[in-house]
Amino acid sequence: MSLATTNYLTPTGREEAWRFTPLSRLAGLHDSSVELADRISLSARGVPAGARLEIKSSEEAPSLSATDDIVIERVRDVAHQVLVLTIEKNAEIGEPIFLLRKSEGQAPEASRVQIQAGAHSHATVVIENVGSAVLGEEIEINLEPGANLRFVTLQEWDNNAVHIGRHHAIVGKDATFTSYVITVGGSVVRILPTVEYSGPGSSADLYGLYFATDNQHLEHRIHVEHKIPNAKSRVNYKGALSGQSARTVWIGDVFIKATAEGTDTYELNRNLLLSDGARADSVPNLEIETGEIVGAGHASTTGRFDDEQLFYLQSRGIPAEEARRLVIRGFFAEIVAKLKIQSLEERIMNRIDTELEEAK
Amino acid sequence: MSTLIIKDLHVSVSTDEGMKEILRGVDLTINSGETHAIMGPNGSGKSTLAYSIAGHPKYTITSGSVTLDGQDVLDMTVDERAKAGLFLAMQYPVEVPGVSVSNFLRTAVTAIRGEAPKIRTWVGEVKEAMTALHMDPEFSERSVNEGFSGGEKKRHEILQMELLKPKIAILDETDSGLDVDALRTVSEGVNRVKENQDLGIMLITHYTRILRYINPDFVHVFAGGKIVEEGGPELAAKLEESGYAEYLPA
Ligand SMILES: Nc1ncnc2c1ncn2[C@@H]1O[C@H](COP(=O)(O)OP(=O)(O)OP(=O)(O)O)[C@@H](O)[C@H]1O
Ligand SMILES: [Mg+2]
Repeated sequence: MSLATTNYLTPTGREEAWRFTPLSRLAGLHDSSVELADRISLSARGVPAGARLEIKSSEEAPSLSATDDIVIERVRDVAHQVLVLTIEKNAEIGEPIFLLRKSEGQAPEASRVQIQAGAHSHATVVIENVGSAVLGEEIEINLEPGANLRFVTLQEWDNNAVHIGRHHAIVGKDATFTSYVITVGGSVVRILPTVEYSGPGSSADLYGLYFATDNQHLEHRIHVEHKIPNAKSRVNYKGALSGQSARTVWIGDVFIKATAEGTDTYELNRNLLLSDGARADSVPNLEIETGEIVGAGHASTTGRFDDEQLFYLQSRGIPAEEARRLVIRGFFAEIVAKLKIQSLEERIMNRIDTELEEAK
Repeated sequence: MSTLIIKDLHVSVSTDEGMKEILRGVDLTINSGETHAIMGPNGSGKSTLAYSIAGHPKYTITSGSVTLDGQDVLDMTVDERAKAGLFLAMQYPVEVPGVSVSNFLRTAVTAIRGEAPKIRTWVGEVKEAMTALHMDPEFSERSVNEGFSGGEKKRHEILQMELLKPKIAILDETDSGLDVDALRTVSEGVNRVKENQDLGIMLITHYTRILRYINPDFVHVFAGGKIVEEGGPELAAKLEESGYAEYLPA
């Protein structure tokens, strides 16, 4: 156990970065009023050949990136052990590597993870978050040149969990990073999927799916920093909300610096409001400092259920409830199908059905 | 043998200026095996009639009745109407992103037949129906109507009709947007179902072209929200010649 002693600037809720987040529901993660345990509750379901899982000290595994997020800074102060997953250079790992996080009933936790994807390696890493927890988490992911990493996180928390996390990817020359952030559980979940590039010809595809019901605040703050030339980014997040007090926040910051000539970026966020009172904030933000780019665009929509679609399905004999389920599954299908891990696809679709059931 | 009876049907839609009456007393009876062509000017209320029978929530029935074999259709939910044997081929079929045609068809057929079709025979059944309508089997994997051309959407409507085997079908401008070959293919599809199922048809159209393939037993002129004249096939020819001027208020 370690007690934070630094003078953190406790967020008040007026800061741009915190204005959407319900601070009172963060269980003390943001204001140091709770002690965080330096613990590693992630365990592998098996580590295949070509990969290695180790616990290192924070001296052996220093932070790879800068952050100005208060909670993440605190996590870095507290966590003196770092779980490091290394994918060896040239490794071709077909089966996904599953890391399960279960911290049921334990003290609030600060967790640091690093994933090192060696040059020209191919791998998929899936992090499953289940049960109940108060978690401050940082996952740094470094892709060496030519690496291809698919990174999936499932937030299938119980409905009292509080989770603040940062997933930071550093994408090397000609490397391909694809992330899938699936957030369906938790009381408050705030995730910062952030990307920087360390070499040209690199690309990052960020996909997300979230479903908020009553008493859930699900927040995703994307930040993609293009400083290196000829890099590509795609962002596509889709969310559904059902219930009076369901809240979601999606921030899409994409910065194209003057040095990032040849950048190609597009970001998209779509929200489906399934009931009155639910609120989705969606803020795409594209800042461009050079005209020498391939393309840059963004789109954001927040809308209600399409009654014409429901009518069409019902007019073919499909009962209203099933028609609703089909339309919602269809809405998310675009994201889920990209996972290409059949067991997960089914699991997520079934979870979406459950969310819908509960939302009634 | 089935009978759809529409009696003195009045239907309104809500507009910014309040309720607006579109159907003003429609009377029509359609029996199994009969084909009724409905022809009338734009905006006269033909689609409103079709949607009202299918149960679209936009339309409010203010008076009148619709029964299928004595059962009150207006009292049924939209899916119940389909299960009772009604089918509407829509003028503008709706796109449903992310829902594959094969999943959609299987779900619909399961709902209508009350049990899931046997996988083996089902795949063959769909394939056969698609081939007959000159639809590429790859349509099965595409999202419902998404990115379909106008003609492809119409074929897809008739495909559904073949598989769902309704008692009474309403075809709302199924012929619009079809090329000559597609018109023949689609008409053959309709005639197949008509023969096999003894289907009763309400065929809404602007053109006599389709009536060369699907022979109507009756032609009704629809104007101002109701049927204003009835006749045989010769009436269609006359309408094509002289238009609707005589049926419209001067
Ligand atoms: N929400 C609405 N507000 C006002 N008028 C409406 C509304 N919805 C429908 N209408 C009107 O109802 C009338 C009937 O429309 P309908 O689609 O039934 O015509 P139609 O006979 O099928 O025409 P077409 O031959 O062009 O397909 C039209 O004049 C249309 O403008
Ligand atoms: Mg019409």
